[in-house]
Amino acid sequence: MNPPEIPPPPSDDELPGLPGFRTWRGVYVFVLGVFGLWIALLALLTEKFS
Amino acid sequence: MNALDYVVLVGTLLGIAAYGTWCTRGRSDLRTYLTGAANTGWFTIGVSVMATQASATTFLSTPGQGYQNGLGFVQNYFGAPLALIVIAIVFLPIFRGLNVYTAYEFLGRRFDQKTRLLGTALFLLQRGIGAGLTIYAPAIVLSTVFGWSLHLTIVASGLVVIVYTAVGGSAAVSLTQKFQFAVIAAGMVAAFFVLLAKFPASLSLGDAFTVAGGFGKLKAIDPTPSLVPRYTLWSGLIGGLFLQLSYFGADQSQVQRYLGGASLRESRLGLMFNAIFKIPMQFCILLLGAAIFVFYQFDRPPVFFNQAAWQHAAQGPAGAKLRAIEANYAAAQAEKQKQIDQWLAARHAGDRATAATAHAAVLGAHARGEALRADVKRVLREADPHAPQADTDYVFITFILDHLPHGLIGLLVTVFFAATLNSKAAELNALASATTVDLYRHLVRRDADDARCLAASRWFTVLWGLAAIGFALTVNLAENLIQYANMIASIFYPALLGLFLVAFFQKRVGGTAVFVGALVSLLVTGVLFFVRRAQPDFPVSYLWDNLIGCAACVIISQVIQALLPAIGAEKGTSG
Repeated sequence: MNPPEIPPPPSDDELPGLPGFRTWRGVYVFVLGVFGLWIALLALLTEKFS
Repeated sequence: MNALDYVVLVGTLLGIAAYGTWCTRGRSDLRTYLTGAANTGWFTIGVSVMATQASATTFLSTPGQGYQNGLGFVQNYFGAPLALIVIAIVFLPIFRGLNVYTAYEFLGRRFDQKTRLLGTALFLLQRGIGAGLTIYAPAIVLSTVFGWSLHLTIVASGLVVIVYTAVGGSAAVSLTQKFQFAVIAAGMVAAFFVLLAKFPASLSLGDAFTVAGGFGKLKAIDPTPSLVPRYTLWSGLIGGLFLQLSYFGADQSQVQRYLGGASLRESRLGLMFNAIFKIPMQFCILLLGAAIFVFYQFDRPPVFFNQAAWQHAAQGPAGAKLRAIEANYAAAQAEKQKQIDQWLAARHAGDRATAATAHAAVLGAHARGEALRADVKRVLREADPHAPQADTDYVFITFILDHLPHGLIGLLVTVFFAATLNSKAAELNALASATTVDLYRHLVRRDADDARCLAASRWFTVLWGLAAIGFALTVNLAENLIQYANMIASIFYPALLGLFLVAFFQKRVGGTAVFVGALVSLLVTGVLFFVRRAQPDFPVSYLWDNLIGCAACVIISQVIQALLPAIGAEKGTSG
């Protein structure tokens, strides 16, 4: 088996640089929150008009 | 289409293609040619990733899905945000850290060369077929509707994209995608507002939602815990997650888009842009289809949307039968329209009992209309077994031609072609990159310098473009186009994704084990595909194939890896 040539996880020196987000973790949580919101809105639409 | 429409179509497409070619001419650096300019920002990456996925079938076929089956298809994309986050966290930093041109180079470094070649072969096979479908899909619909030569439409659109992709490489792809996507967004938004303006004056927006919902067109989420329905919350979240992971993480046509980012930050933000906007975009396109459905409740639709096929059959021996069905359909539609008016009036009056009775009558009339549509398909099939049976891909284009003003017709047809060029360019660019880096430089000319590889890459772009044109000229499909593209993907993607998941998460598994695992996975998904074709009521939706195939690859890899020392010891003993 070849030794895995996977580089170590990158340092977080490339920060998101977005207002209100200090870490990438915050960005991912925000995106998941938006995803949850879409699902909730679609569920609401389904419930209201079916 | 009149002269104004053709001016909009040809002027926009050739203008963008010429601009992309001019701005990126003379690129002599291999990395720039294969992965794009080093200063590409997150917005360009985000649009490029979105445009690559959104081919003409997205804009031509998805509204037809919305018209026929409602919003449920949106669940197919529920895995996308999750997959994009996983890719941003795991895949992207590794690809960038290794400074690879293609995702399959990573497989070679992590495992061995045969696994790299298997990954490359799976990609080339899947994407090569996909490139043919990308060009065929809009051509078959548009040539049928406009009476253009199918072959000429395929060849013309194929040659345009070959020229600017071969000349400018990845930078030209990203640059043209941005402008083409702007045209697409403008066209679709314009179509939506014109459609709303064409609703009857007495129909409020709330009524429109009520009508669409009353026919089940607004059922966006189906939480049924079953493997049978094609699109459910669970198949979308789980099967869709694996499908989207494969597509965004292991398909070079996408990997190439985000590897071109100026930095890890730009690439990640480009992916997050898609994680946020992919679902709403698909929702809006499906909603457009549902809105067209509402429109046609007040303006009689054709009994069969593929009017060219209808007229061809109507001139033959089946003509009398078809005209009789058409007359019955017109009567059923008129009756349904009256009942819808009564239903809405009862709702406005707050008379729930009458509204419920009227709604039931509306659904009954609708069922009679659908039965007549099924009769048409049966008659068409009897008249010619090879006649096209599915007409949902023709819903949107029929609406455009019958109800939109000239100029806007040209813009919408431009949308379809722009989307074709968008996807096709990214596919050709990726196919050429993988062929150059993973086959040519790796197997044929190991000593080739960058200048030779750049020249080879241009030639591979042309060759793959011609191969896609050749495939499109010979293919013949009966399925809804966008669904068929996803079904084909579900054969190859699980094995491809399995290779990467094992590489990332199972550090003890080596090349031989994962190679066998991927082959078994391919066998499993191939069998599922053909069984489903033989048995259309097969009780597992194709989205689940992505999970099944990927799991097969991962599990078999582990088993083989566990057995390998024993096999080696046995060979050693017997030898």
